[in-house]
Amino acid sequence: MPSRTLLLDDRAIARALSRMASEIVEQARGTEQLVIVGIQRRGVELAARLKHLVDQAEQSAVAFGKLDITLYRDDLQAIGPRPRVGVTELPDLDGRTVVIVDDVLYTGRTIRAALDECADFGRPRRILLCVLIDRGGRELPIQADIVGTTISTAPGDRVDVLVRELDGRDAVEVAREA
Amino acid sequence: MKPDVPSLGKDLVGLEHLSADQLRLILDTAEPFKEVSERQIKKVPALRGRTIVNLFFEASTRTRISFEFAEKRLSADTVSIASSGSSVSKGETLVDTARNLEAMRIDMVVIRHHSSGSAEFLGKRIRTNVINAGDGKHEHPTQGLLDILTLRDKFGKIEGLKVAICGDVLHSRVARSNIWGLTKLGAEVAVCGPASLLPRNVEELGVTVIPRIEDAIAWADALNVLRLQLERMQSGFIPSLREYNRVFGLTTDRLERAPKDLVIMHPGPMNRGVEIDSGVADGPHSVILPQVTNGVAVRMAVLYLLAGGSPDASHQGGEA
Amino acid sequence: MRPLLLKGGRVIDPSRAADDIADVLLEDGRIAAVGRNIVGPDGVEVLDVSGRVVAPGLVDVHVHLREPGQEDLETIATGSASAVAGGFTSICAMPNTDPVCDNQGVVGFVIAQAQRAAKARVYPIGAVTLGQKGQQLAEFGELVGAGAVAVSDDGKPVATAHMMRTALEYAKTFGIPVADHCEDMSLATGGSMHEGIVSTRLGLKGIPAAAEEIMVARDILLAELTGGHVHLCHMSTRGSVELIRRAKERGVRVTAEACPHHFSLTHEACVGYNTNAKMNPPLREAEDVEAIREGLRDGTIDCVATDHAPHHYDAKEREFDDAPNGIIGLETALGLSITELVGRGLLTLPQLLHRMSTAPARIFNLPGGTLATGAPADVVVIDPTVKWTVAPETFRSKSRNTPFGGRELTGRAELTIVRGQVAFQRTT
Repeated sequence: MPSRTLLLDDRAIARALSRMASEIVEQARGTEQLVIVGIQRRGVELAARLKHLVDQAEQSAVAFGKLDITLYRDDLQAIGPRPRVGVTELPDLDGRTVVIVDDVLYTGRTIRAALDECADFGRPRRILLCVLIDRGGRELPIQADIVGTTISTAPGDRVDVLVRELDGRDAVEVAREA
Repeated sequence: MKPDVPSLGKDLVGLEHLSADQLRLILDTAEPFKEVSERQIKKVPALRGRTIVNLFFEASTRTRISFEFAEKRLSADTVSIASSGSSVSKGETLVDTARNLEAMRIDMVVIRHHSSGSAEFLGKRIRTNVINAGDGKHEHPTQGLLDILTLRDKFGKIEGLKVAICGDVLHSRVARSNIWGLTKLGAEVAVCGPASLLPRNVEELGVTVIPRIEDAIAWADALNVLRLQLERMQSGFIPSLREYNRVFGLTTDRLERAPKDLVIMHPGPMNRGVEIDSGVADGPHSVILPQVTNGVAVRMAVLYLLAGGSPDASHQGGEA
Repeated sequence: MRPLLLKGGRVIDPSRAADDIADVLLEDGRIAAVGRNIVGPDGVEVLDVSGRVVAPGLVDVHVHLREPGQEDLETIATGSASAVAGGFTSICAMPNTDPVCDNQGVVGFVIAQAQRAAKARVYPIGAVTLGQKGQQLAEFGELVGAGAVAVSDDGKPVATAHMMRTALEYAKTFGIPVADHCEDMSLATGGSMHEGIVSTRLGLKGIPAAAEEIMVARDILLAELTGGHVHLCHMSTRGSVELIRRAKERGVRVTAEACPHHFSLTHEACVGYNTNAKMNPPLREAEDVEAIREGLRDGTIDCVATDHAPHHYDAKEREFDDAPNGIIGLETALGLSITELVGRGLLTLPQLLHRMSTAPARIFNLPGGTLATGAPADVVVIDPTVKWTVAPETFRSKSRNTPFGGRELTGRAELTIVRGQVAFQRTT
């Protein structure tokens, strides 16, 4: 029976996102040419909240995008029945500073797929990676520029990010094999 | 965390034996692929390194090109073999052709052939995925699917929709695939055309027969107008193309008398002035061009789903 | 040749309406005696057949032996061996060989090959027209003189009403029937299965029942007009059965046969594009199957015939449209007939044996179909209750094109005796 631990509750998440929004603006050196792109699925909800926070603080209307990386997965040939492909909607990326947002950074393969896909849409001047949870366990040389919380996990663990838009509540939970 | 996805099996031979869930899976999967065709770089790596052969024993430009685009946009390597020979028995048999291709380690075959049942015949004999691009008079599943997708785009749903299929239903694989797909998804389907071109027992397929085109226009939400082939006149099924157009043609006059905004579909290529007038084909009610666009997306979806292989393969969850 | 005494079997002789436990003595190639407690002459070979049925050897009036011309599919030797394995002691060979059996040379060849094989008796059927081209009558006199027992253009219908009329009239001189393959080509051409809901679903051009019935009606009317004897091959539709029934009530000289597949399978067998369910006339609807069974029961259909049609594996391993028509049937006919007709209570075993031996022999004027004293010693010993599974790879026929592989049937021949000698004995 796996044991579930609450890592972050809704207030902790809100605080983290607030700080991350500032860091985004800081690292991007302003909101000019800034595009916030969320990775399907929960990265999109987090990215939307980050955009809202940035717009509030900076009086801006930052460009927003959604990215589904299913068709770029490097394990597509091996996984058998096809996962459902979600919506991809991206504004023009040429010369912009793109902040990719995801819920959990683990092996790095999702981000690598996202980078491949972005390259098919244009040539950003710069790409930053923003994640709520960095759980270690990288299999590729990928790093996050803006991180909510770093934790260390074992390979059998699951880190679940729940968002109220999809799951009814905000939380980050870790499930460990007993 | 990913929901259970109904598998399609090894081959797509027709829509007759697919469930409503499987049909919806393909239609839903086609949606994101529409977007890929709108990009500047119309390519995703999903089928990278896969080899796909288009075996076209019957001449067809549009279906073959549509499949080729679908395959290339998925980054697959594609080879098209067009054989205009009338009978395979003149040269290599179908089985031998297929086995040779299998020996070259191809991954998928898209086949169009003049014999009903040839896609199923091939699928039973080779291990590669087989996609039916039209077998004799039996089925043309990707055409049926793209027709249904186009209707769904226009009306938001299929259930309860009234669709009339007009023309030579007797010889039409497009009609059969449409009938299976639409009835399974809850549409009301009617067929309309001269009785000599409708199968005698077509009602047993779950459709009603509307003898006159004027009545079909008055009843339907959408019309799917089938191409009338010249040889039907030569084999004595109808007296002349002229009479066909006069009595059964979808003319601008007839369309004007429609009680609602009918959606007009045609699988192509059109015989302008025979089954459909140019005014209708090029008019505001026609979705003939969106059908073509959807065709590539539907074919990409089918290739993507079939390449997924057996349901036994381990399914890794979405790791970051 | 040693005399043979078959002891203790249930002897069914449809020619004399006899059905008793009795012994049968065969001597010098003839039936010497049928009765109780027969003691044979010195040197007699005694076979205990208690628990079995002893009947006149079965007669199949519609077989394609493919020789001369297509010996890779079947030869007269393998075909006649297949026949005795199925319990048939006499078979009639259709003339659509290569060359066509339209002259005394081919008739003689077929007879000679059959004698050499020394299995079932083979009676050639000659062609109605030269080359079966439908244009010029063949020389019936020459054909009959050489040993033909009937004429047919089977494979095709007798082309025109005029040709059929002439053939019926001319055949009267020789006392032979004209056997017709009833198919209106203008309705049937291009069709590969029955025209019905299954052909619509499969997208295959169908052959409507009317294509057969139109020719059945034509042939009946011409037989009525000429007083000739028409034998209708492989009947398959309820409409045909009804036409024949009415014609017989009027006294027309029409006889008819039906094949086991037409009373065992429907057009549903074609689903999946199974080419072993493709034959001409095609498998029809359930109501047609019922009508054929009822026709055999009330005698409207006189006999069971197989239309045994060997085809090569490669030929059938093809798209449905392209595959040739026909299935083999000699080694499954008895089993299918007992299972589908006797097993369903439609016919008694004696009635079935009448349809499979006495009736066909009488229609084509062949010796056999009887166990009367002095008749040829053509006898079959049947186990009518044994359950067995059809295994095509064990067939004596060269070909394997049957849809019944793997099917469980009841009843089969255990021992087949031709001219007083054992031609087939089942070992497994």
